[in-house]
Amino acid sequence: MAEFLRVDNLVKSFGTTTVVKGVNFTFNKGEFVSLLGPSGCGKTTILRMIAGFENPTSGSITVDGQDITHLKPNQRQLGMVFQAYALFPNLNVGDNIAFGLKIAGMPAEQRRARVEEMLKLIGLPGFEKRYPYEMSGGQQQRVALARAIAPRPRMLLLDEPLSALDAKIRVSLREEIRAIQLDLGITTIFVTHDQEEALSISDRVVVMNAGNIDQLGAPHEIYNKPATRFVATFVGHLNTIEATVASAANHQVNIDGQTVTLPSLPSGAKDNAPISLTLRPEVLSVGERAGSDIALTGTVSDVTFLGSVIRVRVALGKNIISLDTFNDQRTAPPARGDAITVSLASKDLLIL
Amino acid sequence: MKQSRFWAWLVFGIGAAYFLIPLIATFEFSLRMRRGYYSFDSYASVFSDPKFQQTFTYSAVIGLLSIIVGILVVVPAVYFVRLRMAWLRPYVEFLTLLPLIIPAIILVYGYIRLYNSSSIIPFTGSAVGTDILLTFAYVTLALPYMYRAVDTGMRTIDVQTLTEAAQIAGASTPQIIGRIILPNILVAVLSGAFLTFAIVIGEFTIASLLNRPAFGPYLQNIGANRAYEPAALAIISFIITWGAMSMINLLSRFAPRTSARTD
Repeated sequence: MAEFLRVDNLVKSFGTTTVVKGVNFTFNKGEFVSLLGPSGCGKTTILRMIAGFENPTSGSITVDGQDITHLKPNQRQLGMVFQAYALFPNLNVGDNIAFGLKIAGMPAEQRRARVEEMLKLIGLPGFEKRYPYEMSGGQQQRVALARAIAPRPRMLLLDEPLSALDAKIRVSLREEIRAIQLDLGITTIFVTHDQEEALSISDRVVVMNAGNIDQLGAPHEIYNKPATRFVATFVGHLNTIEATVASAANHQVNIDGQTVTLPSLPSGAKDNAPISLTLRPEVLSVGERAGSDIALTGTVSDVTFLGSVIRVRVALGKNIISLDTFNDQRTAPPARGDAITVSLASKDLLIL
Repeated sequence: MKQSRFWAWLVFGIGAAYFLIPLIATFEFSLRMRRGYYSFDSYASVFSDPKFQQTFTYSAVIGLLSIIVGILVVVPAVYFVRLRMAWLRPYVEFLTLLPLIIPAIILVYGYIRLYNSSSIIPFTGSAVGTDILLTFAYVTLALPYMYRAVDTGMRTIDVQTLTEAAQIAGASTPQIIGRIILPNILVAVLSGAFLTFAIVIGEFTIASLLNRPAFGPYLQNIGANRAYEPAALAIISFIITWGAMSMINLLSRFAPRTSARTD
């Protein structure tokens, strides 16, 4: 795929605080990429620099071969959807969607046709005469999306567009956004702090931490092979087991008095040294299971019934780990205080 | 409960009497031009006076010009202060309060010293120049009211996000102010405009010292030389002012509404 957006050594400082610390990435044409990270990690600042609302302290931004670093926002031909919808209260839906087209000087007849096309695309045909205050948050955000893509921008920027919506609407709207993006093939950057949102609709995810990119990759890579401890803990639930190296030569560790053999250990591992092992809740199974080469016994410390899934917390000495198991209507879930055996494949243990 | 309502009504009654009794007395006096019975003769006399029409029209025109200049100065100023120079806000607020502190007489003497016919900018050297100076003086006088009205209007909308939404759609700054910001604060701007109009219509000091044929000096002149007409003029002025204030109330119903729904 062709490189479409290129960000080189992007730095942004506010006074003495540097919020974006020399970030580099390239996105391909038609890609849907999420910038994921906690509050204050710099993801929104990067998006705002791409939009032109913030001037980079240093570095450059290139879109489709054109250096846009110092262009004004209205010269960049980008579309943007904001968290707070930002529909113009004085304009009805039709005029909101047509705003960019009117500014660009499109004739009225063509504008009307484009507005109709956009309303069909977002599933709100016949809404052109309504005012923003007459619509729900979900509908307003759909209109904001239509307004952003109506002038056929080079790239679509989404700044936490689902954060102000309730949970159910959030899920349905994110699927709609993805469907529309795939339909139009528009390169899209989606800023979110919600890892589920980022993983579910993105081609690639950029995980940011304190102004740096910790990892850039496909959602399954981010989840299954986190590059840093931060990525592993921020994306999905992660169990941490504090163990000691029993035999560095034989790749053996001791967990709560139980010796486990791992495929490998870090090169500097020494006998009796502490070591942190991490694993996802879903790689653990209750009881012995084929394909699992590690079995550990512990005590059930808590059981949370989540409907289709039951989350069991197991105490392995001082370590408390969580595992997810599907609800089976024929068998009762484990009870608190029960002795329990959990099994896993040693290859699923991560040493970060 | 009943007792608290009694005191509330009593306070309201005293307040209403304080404002209404002089008004009723003035109105009653304005009807006594003909001996023995009430008539609207004093009003007929006022309306038939060509000077009334001339001075009122003059002040109304100056009032409209002051409103236009005021909007052109205040709206972009408040917009940029809110958007890009929030630190400047307390200073601008202080500055806009100055016309309330500095008496009009001082303001007009300052103008005459600065812009007299032998100065570099001789505004007072011609009638049109003096009219321009008078307009600027009224913009300054009305600044506290216009600034506060516009500032309150801008507080009700998310200026930054709306600006960014318009910018990314390709709009320039004048387009953003003209098509997005101004329509969304129009009611606030109009309330500032009506306050400006009410101030201009009754203003005496500046118009008199700049020797312009305005409504304020006319009122003063009639008041000094006639008996019943000043009372009629006071009632007419009150109705004009009251009408301007009522328009503010009426227009606030048409303010664009924003939504905070999240469903």
